[in-house]
Amino acid sequence: MNFTFTQDQLDFQDAIASMLRSEVTADTVRSRWATTAGVDERFLSQVHELGLNSMLVPEALGGLGLGVTDFILLAEACGEVALPEPIVESVMVSTPLLVDILDQGLGNADIQKVVDGVLAGDLRVSLGHAINPCINYADSADWFLVSEGDGIYLVPKEAISFKARKSVDPSRRLFSVSFDPRDHVRVADGDVGARLQRSTLNRGALANAAQLVGLSRGMLDQSVRYTTDREQFGRAIGANQAVKHLLADVAVQVEYAKPVVYRAAYTVGVSPNRADFAVSHAKSAAARAALMASRHCTQVHGAMGYTWECDLQIWTKRAWALAREWGDEGFHNNRIHEWLLRKDALLGPEFTFGRGSITDLEKAG
Amino acid sequence: MDLVYTQAQQTFRAEARKWLTAHVPSERLPSFDTAEGFEAHRQWERTLAKGNWGMVTWPTEFGGRGCNLIEWLIFEEEYYRAGAPLRVNQNGIFLLGPTLMEYGTPEQKARFIPAMASGDEIWAQGWSEPNAGSDMAAIRCRADRDGDEFVINGQKIWSTRAVYADWVFGLFRTDPDSSRHHGLSKLLVPLNSEGVTVRPIEQLNGLPGFAEIFFDDVRVPAFNLLGGEGEGWRIAMATAGFERGLMLRSPARFQQACKRLVQLYRENGSDVINPQIESAVVRCYMDAEAYALSTYQTASKLCSGGTIGAEASCNKIFWSEMDLLIHETAMDLLGARAEIEPQTAAEFAELGAWLDGFMFAQSGPIYAGTNEIQRNIIAERVLGMPRK
Repeated sequence: MNFTFTQDQLDFQDAIASMLRSEVTADTVRSRWATTAGVDERFLSQVHELGLNSMLVPEALGGLGLGVTDFILLAEACGEVALPEPIVESVMVSTPLLVDILDQGLGNADIQKVVDGVLAGDLRVSLGHAINPCINYADSADWFLVSEGDGIYLVPKEAISFKARKSVDPSRRLFSVSFDPRDHVRVADGDVGARLQRSTLNRGALANAAQLVGLSRGMLDQSVRYTTDREQFGRAIGANQAVKHLLADVAVQVEYAKPVVYRAAYTVGVSPNRADFAVSHAKSAAARAALMASRHCTQVHGAMGYTWECDLQIWTKRAWALAREWGDEGFHNNRIHEWLLRKDALLGPEFTFGRGSITDLEKAG
Repeated sequence: MDLVYTQAQQTFRAEARKWLTAHVPSERLPSFDTAEGFEAHRQWERTLAKGNWGMVTWPTEFGGRGCNLIEWLIFEEEYYRAGAPLRVNQNGIFLLGPTLMEYGTPEQKARFIPAMASGDEIWAQGWSEPNAGSDMAAIRCRADRDGDEFVINGQKIWSTRAVYADWVFGLFRTDPDSSRHHGLSKLLVPLNSEGVTVRPIEQLNGLPGFAEIFFDDVRVPAFNLLGGEGEGWRIAMATAGFERGLMLRSPARFQQACKRLVQLYRENGSDVINPQIESAVVRCYMDAEAYALSTYQTASKLCSGGTIGAEASCNKIFWSEMDLLIHETAMDLLGARAEIEPQTAAEFAELGAWLDGFMFAQSGPIYAGTNEIQRNIIAERVLGMPRK
């Protein structure tokens, strides 16, 4: 039993986080808003050179063969700077689905080509899932993994029709897509397809949970700075307890969302088919923390918090979106509720880490 | 990261479970805030000590098992799973014991720790005074050095367990010219000393869970000074304090309460017309588990030589508000029956101990530093917001 990250994992997070802080600032995010594609190609190739795209791909397929717990802190760091490009989703959700399909001997003639392209940094894959009405950054993808019923389809851009939808968050570029679910583009179906869709949903929810934790930290940092600098009645507004307590409440929620997200990352890594409870808990807790952060941090910014000029909006709006994408609080709480009502639910303090904790006791009778 | 118990940890769990199953009293003990219940709980402490289960984290020389914090968590899980009695000597074993081990002389350790471990001496705590509550540095109760003795005059209040306890520890002003956190010392005082008057204070449930203590020329030997003279504040705030904070409320307590809450919900949920009840139950369960995960994370960090992080400052707010929500939700599930105080075993079977827990939960956000003080601490020391 060891619920810590390794020094390597922490060092990698430090390195990526400091790169992100210098490359992805509020100014560079705003300059992305002014471009047609909304992505910074130079930054994306930098990310590729760092090996992020191949991090979670097994070595046998040409990747680095690392696990979800190796990436989760990086996902959090991406959230902390409110990174616009959908790197977290690509690394944690769509690429692992491609790998799963390939691993299980599914797929079609295109799949190997697509995986190779992703590893080489030449191709981008976007993901459509029934739980989400839109696909983010669909316009910069070359291939699509989309679902229809239990089926999963690997479709080239040319065979997709797009309709742009405007997000409240200018960093998000939403499209509703449609395609013709023909046999030759179907890569999974039936029970297998349904299972892959479920594990994809869990990965997506986890990806958002980690980013929501990071977003909350980002909002807190800005609010501490602002309330320290801004003076009224001859002193910093942050010296007032009413202001302190709004931010302390956020800090508490964030602190207690983190271990839940890390446990979910561990569970998705070692036991993806039994990760529903852990993931739903993570998404629910992280969303709650981030929505509270959005509200309280807007409040402590006063009228500035309600302006376009204030950079806080880059974070708050993302939190509003990610909190509800990949299943909102109701969806995830309902999964936990159903689990709590199951006759075979493992309830009680001895089951924090599931049945693994009592194997020996059962053997001993 | 490896969230699987080792073979040794599983064996430890099995051993704890076996012992607890054989020894936990089958009948619910009366409250330790009654004379009869206090002695019954003292007896339970003796039973624990005989089995070397009194304080598993203590070194073996003091009757412990030298367990690390992960093993402590496992023991606590089994303890609450078994429905074992509350710890009447909590002030001693969780608060004073570790401080004695860190700052006590060999003679002091030999004098106080075995008697604490065996349940022969039960401890009350004496921090607060009428004018030193949240502002603990305003302590005025004096202890003047007189040769080999200290002479104590003044008053303590809200001293938990003081009505039936044998000893009290607390902070006293040993330098009469000092102010604030300077000139305070930690002293250990027998409650049967001449000049000590204990006046019980009835808590919300009508039982004398805490007391005022009046000191009128009370003489204690200088041997009872823990740490150096004038070092009381530093000792009280020492690093070990973090660990004690971690151990003050073990996650298993809340997880077990949530297990009972889910059972209550399964039984009564369909009779309750309250659209919020489902999400409240789910929220309680998630929060109890989050608290457990956070504690495991902290324990793991400390076990692998790391230092404790921001979570230490956040934990009091988190568990005390969770405890309120758990009990409020149970009260909602009981509906109008929630006000009935169970008197008989049959009534306990019907209503559980939710009402008593609900009343006790009211105190959580208040004691050990109110949650408002905790929020100030988080804002200033964790987030770095301006003090003034």
